[in-house]
Order: sequence, then structure tokens, then C-alpha cells
Amino acid sequence: MSKAQRLSLHVPAPKVRPGDTPDFSGVEIPKAGEVRRPDVAADPRDIRDLAFSVIRVLSRDGEALGPWAGTLTHDELIEGLKHMLTLRIFDARMLMAQRQGKTSFFMQCLGEEAVACAFQRALHKGDMNFPTYRQAGLLITQEYPLVSMMNQIYSNEADPIRGRQLPIMYSAKDYGFFSISGNLTTQFSQAVGWAMASAISRDTKIAVGWVGDGSTSENDFHAAMVFASTYQAPVVLNIVNNQWAISTFQGMAKGGSATFAARGHGFGLPSLRVDGNDFLAVHAVAKWAAERARRNLGPTLIEYVTYRAGGHSTSDDPAAYRPKEESDEWPLGDPILRLKEHLIKEGAWSEQRHAQTEAEIEDDVMSAQKEAEAIGTLNSGNAPSPRDMFEGVYAEMPPHLIKQRQEAGY
Amino acid sequence: MANMTMIEAIQSAHDSAMDRDERVVVFGEDVGFFGGVFRCTAGLQEKYGSTRCFDAPISELGIVGAAIGMAAYGLRPCIEIQFADYVYPAYDQIVSEAARLRHRSAGDFTCPLVIRMPVGGGIFGGQTHSQSPEAIFTHVSGLKTVMPSSPYDAKGLLCAAIEDPDPVIFLEPKRLYNGPFDGHHEKPVVPWRNHEAGEVPTDYYVEPLGQARVRRAGNDVTILAYGTMVYVAQAACDETGIDAEVIDLRSLLPLDIDTITESVKKTGRCVIVHEATLTGGYGGELAALVQENCFYHLEVPIQRITGWDTPYPHAQEWDYFPGPARVGRALQKAMES
Repeated sequence: MSKAQRLSLHVPAPKVRPGDTPDFSGVEIPKAGEVRRPDVAADPRDIRDLAFSVIRVLSRDGEALGPWAGTLTHDELIEGLKHMLTLRIFDARMLMAQRQGKTSFFMQCLGEEAVACAFQRALHKGDMNFPTYRQAGLLITQEYPLVSMMNQIYSNEADPIRGRQLPIMYSAKDYGFFSISGNLTTQFSQAVGWAMASAISRDTKIAVGWVGDGSTSENDFHAAMVFASTYQAPVVLNIVNNQWAISTFQGMAKGGSATFAARGHGFGLPSLRVDGNDFLAVHAVAKWAAERARRNLGPTLIEYVTYRAGGHSTSDDPAAYRPKEESDEWPLGDPILRLKEHLIKEGAWSEQRHAQTEAEIEDDVMSAQKEAEAIGTLNSGNAPSPRDMFEGVYAEMPPHLIKQRQEAGY
Repeated sequence: MANMTMIEAIQSAHDSAMDRDERVVVFGEDVGFFGGVFRCTAGLQEKYGSTRCFDAPISELGIVGAAIGMAAYGLRPCIEIQFADYVYPAYDQIVSEAARLRHRSAGDFTCPLVIRMPVGGGIFGGQTHSQSPEAIFTHVSGLKTVMPSSPYDAKGLLCAAIEDPDPVIFLEPKRLYNGPFDGHHEKPVVPWRNHEAGEVPTDYYVEPLGQARVRRAGNDVTILAYGTMVYVAQAACDETGIDAEVIDLRSLLPLDIDTITESVKKTGRCVIVHEATLTGGYGGELAALVQENCFYHLEVPIQRITGWDTPYPHAQEWDYFPGPARVGRALQKAMES
């Protein structure tokens, strides 16, 4: 009788925990400019290597290198830098406002600003993003009013969505920004459906889906990939791999697959992996994928390799599960500093202009905050009327809700 | 007018709606070339092309998720879930997304979407082809839930659902597809061509959502029913000789509480019949509303005759199904006091 081997369960764990020395030796980073740029009409089968590398443009010395460089002018890059700075300063002020009790909750984009800010520049008016809670850069890049964002965060009388959603769950149809759910990944198949509708209607608009590394585990991710692949929908599917899903490291969602981008191969999708902290690279890849969708060549999957430098939300303390110094050790650096250094190297920017710009943005954000707070904060009593809670459940209020509204005293 | 089965009436509703509004798109598992496993979308792909009526991958959450995106874009998707028993993977999309979109975005985005699905047993479908999950939809704010019981209503209500600016769950009692089945499984069902409700206009028309229909006028007891149970209830009246008023709710939400209240105040007695399980079922909501609105008119306790709180069995299907004998006993009990 043979002796059967006893089995054991594999439970992945990050290499380091609080108190350990950060270790990113497993993150392979090719030199800037090394990864090829295939034709937009390339057959997905011929570009599988792009899912296993990292497309990078900005070198450690701040130079723009290789075939993906050159999609933005200096002026456009300066504008992009200003948007990233605005987002960072906005986040810092709103984080503080939450700590001061002016609202219940906040989520910042710290360290990931380049992803949404650079991506949005590849879109046209009328295209539709289906964002997660960490793509506020899509709005800021379009210069959506900061005060409207703050009104939403404060759930005050001027909140465009009437105090109905958690802070930062914006909705802005005119800015191609789909209502954020708060449930993870549900928006991914919706983005594909929106893109299918555009194709059914013989329109020219494209859709963009957004998820994080952790939520690629959801069924919705796979359903979206099947639908995108089957109907060759004009959609760009974005995975923002910021390494952490609250306290869960990205290896828990990635399992045995080599990269998140490689998940696209089973669906026959062109799958690209890009340095998410490299503004130039993100824009170049976004432009490639958007053009592919616009030319009816079908969907593209993109993984942005970045790092969530802050907590998941104001309810989270990353010091409890990862080394405090990990963020500083992240090998792809900080997106704002990298773009700033590039522009200085190019002679298009200076420390002085940067400092001056930062001060101007601080002023703008502060005056927007004053304006929003004059209308009200969550605890100041200027919330939309409770009567409003009953509105918009349906286009027309059915009798049972009218009765309940009256019972509630409104 | 034409004589139609419920299947033909549903097909005709799709056809009429697609003809008058090019935003209407129809998709789901097997609905394209084949026309659906129950044939409710037969011929639509041929007539309207494969971008307005098409097959979908076997992913209910993908079907609903994609349809929500299409609705948000501005189309009017009318999608089929092959059996209601398969809808659960899509529940998150229905509850957290379709139902909430208008409210959470303060009308910035809306979701005019119809999700059709066959419900109910009596076809030896076992637990995965027989369920009636209406209560998991009526519990969700932002959804409308409809269940027709005849070809005429099926077409009119489906056209209204497609026109509706909000998501509508459209439940089709599959045992009624071919005739007004009254629970007497030992006898062949009367075909719709011999029934007045099988007369259906070929042109577009709507039956407004939120209006019940009195199927049988009576004075002794009010029966609240929907779907297949409408005919079971009528059979129970005929067999017991009790002069019950049978109300076909047609729309569970919004609910026509006025018609219910008026009838129960008249009869003083109320029996609620549904095929779904008892505990937490829609009958509980109806019982609560009846006592809230008619307490001082009630002569006897409200009774609920429903499927048992078990999974829908295969071999014991007719022991589970609340047939005319059980309903008849409830009517007699109501009249005893």
C-alpha cells in the first residue's frame, strides 16, 4: 500500500510587514524607453510581451526616452503637472477637513495622481469613464469645479447629488464621469455595455472602465472581459495596481498569474503594463488604447503599476500592516516629482515656478474650501432637506413613497 | 387583434416596441438566432438585425451589467434571464446599480431597463427551474416588479415596462405560457386560443404599471393572487362554490392598494395566494397592508396559501404547488367563522 502524501494549503503573504525593511526586489523594472511601441492595429497575439514588462518613458535622470515618448508638448505637460498638484493639494485639505470633523469619510489619491490625470488627456468630450473612488484626477484634469467636489464631500445644500452618497462618490455626466457606486468592480461590465451601446448606435464615443488590483478578483471583472472580448467593444479597461487592497497585498488577487495585465491574454485582448507614476508613459499608452477603440479595433487592457502612498481611506491605518518606509522605497518614485524633474531638465520649468505654482494652487483650493464651507459642512446643518431623500428613487414618486414621506413629516 | 399564446404576446411586445423605438435592444442567452429557449424573441434578430437582438455569453451579471451601461448611454435594453433561478449572480448589479443609479446620481444617470425572466414551477423543473423570487425584488427600493397572467396583459405590461424610465423586473409565469393553467395537472391545459385573454392587439399598446385587475367579481372573500395563482384561485372558487373576488395584482410594486382595500372592505375576508415560499414572501407584505388598511372590516384572520418553505422539489412537485384543493380549503375555512 502506497503512502499518500498529506496536502498543505498555500496562503500567500507579503514579504515584509511592519518593522521589516521594505523589499521591492521582486518588482522588475526595465529601463525607460526599452519597451517597444507596436502599431495601434497590432494583432494582440503579436504583442503578448507587453503584458510582462513595464512601459516607461521617464528615466531616473528625468529624460524622456524611447518610442512611447513625445505624445505631449511642454505646455501640456505643465498643465498636467498643475492638475496633479491640484489633486494632491485638494486631497490634503479634504483629508484635514475630515480629521476636523467636517465630513464623515475621505479617500485620497496620493502617489497615484498620474494615472487618472494623464489618462483623461487621451479622451474626447462625450467619452465616458466608469471610475472607482480613486480617479478624482479625471475630474480635476477637466477643471470640474473644486467647489462642487467639496460640496459633495460635505454633503451640503449645494451637493450635486443631494447628500445621497458617501464623500468622493461623485457623478458628473457632462464630464464623462459615471456615478461612482462604492461597490467594487460593478462598473467594469457597465463600461463595456456603454461602449457596446455606442457601437450599436454607430456613435464615435468610447468608454473606459476602471478597477483596482484587488477587485480584479470579482466576478464582474471576468464578465466584463468576456463581453469586451466577445463584442470587441470600444472600451479601454484599466487596472490600477497600487499594490494594496486595504490591508491585502496584491499577491492575494494575482494568485498564480504573472501580472494583472496577463489576465487579458485568455480573452485575446491586447494587454499592456505601464509605469503608473510616469505621466508621459501613462498618456502614451492611454492614447494608443483610445485610438484602438476609436478605430473600432476593439478593447485594450492596461495595468498601471503604482503605489498607494496613503491609507485606503480615512478609516484605514496602513502602519498596521506594512512598513512605514515602504512608500519612500517604492522604486517608481513619485509622479509629481518625476514630471517636475523632467520639465526642469527640459528647461521648461524651474524650482521657483514650481513653488510659485504650488502657492497659487494652495490659494485656489483654500478659497474653494471657504466657498464650500460657507454653504455648509456635514455637521453644520446645511444638508439637503430630508424630504429630498424620497425624491428620485423613481422618476415619478409612487403612492407608497408619498405616504412614507408624509409619515416622516415632509 | 390576433389569437396569441403568452409567448407570442411577449414576442409581439418586443416586436412592437423595437419597431417604434430604435433604442430598444434585446439580448440574453440563446435569444438571438434561436429566439430564446421559450421562443419569446423568435424572429427579432432576422427582422431587426444582430446588433439589436443578439446572443449573450452565459453570464447573468455580465448581461445585466452591460445592459445597465447601455441604459445609461441612452438605449432601452430589454434583456432575458433564461430562468429566474439563474438571476442570482446578477443580483448585485440589479440591487446596487440598476435600482440605485437615478437616486445616487440625483438623476444625472438613469437606468431604463427591463429584465425579463420566467418564474414558477409546474413543469418538472426541480429547484433550479421553478422558483418565484419576486420578494427579493419587491424588497429593493428603486425597482418595479411586474407579473402578468395572460397574453393580453403580458404584451401591454411589457410595452409599458420598456417605456418606463426606471428598471422593471418582468416575471413571466412559465406555466401560463401556453394556457391558463389552473393547477389541475392531471388534465390538459386549455389553450389560450380558447380564452378571451388570448385575444391580443397586434399593434402597440400599454397596460399601465401599478393597476390590479379584478379577474372574478365576488362578495364572500377576497383572494389576492398573481401569475399562475390567478387561475388556481378561480378554479378553487368554482370547485367550492364560494363567491370570492379574485384580484390579479399584475404589478407588485407599485401596488394597487386601492383596489385591494376596496375589495377587502366589501368582503371582510382575505386569502393571499402565491407560489413562492411563505416566510419573508410577498404575501407577508400584502397581509400587513390589508390589516393596516382594513383591520376593522376583517371578520376572520388573513390566510396565506403559498409554496412550502422548502426548495422546489422535483418528484414531489404537486405536493409543493399550492393547488386548487389547498386554496379551496382556505376559502372554506375563511367562510366557517
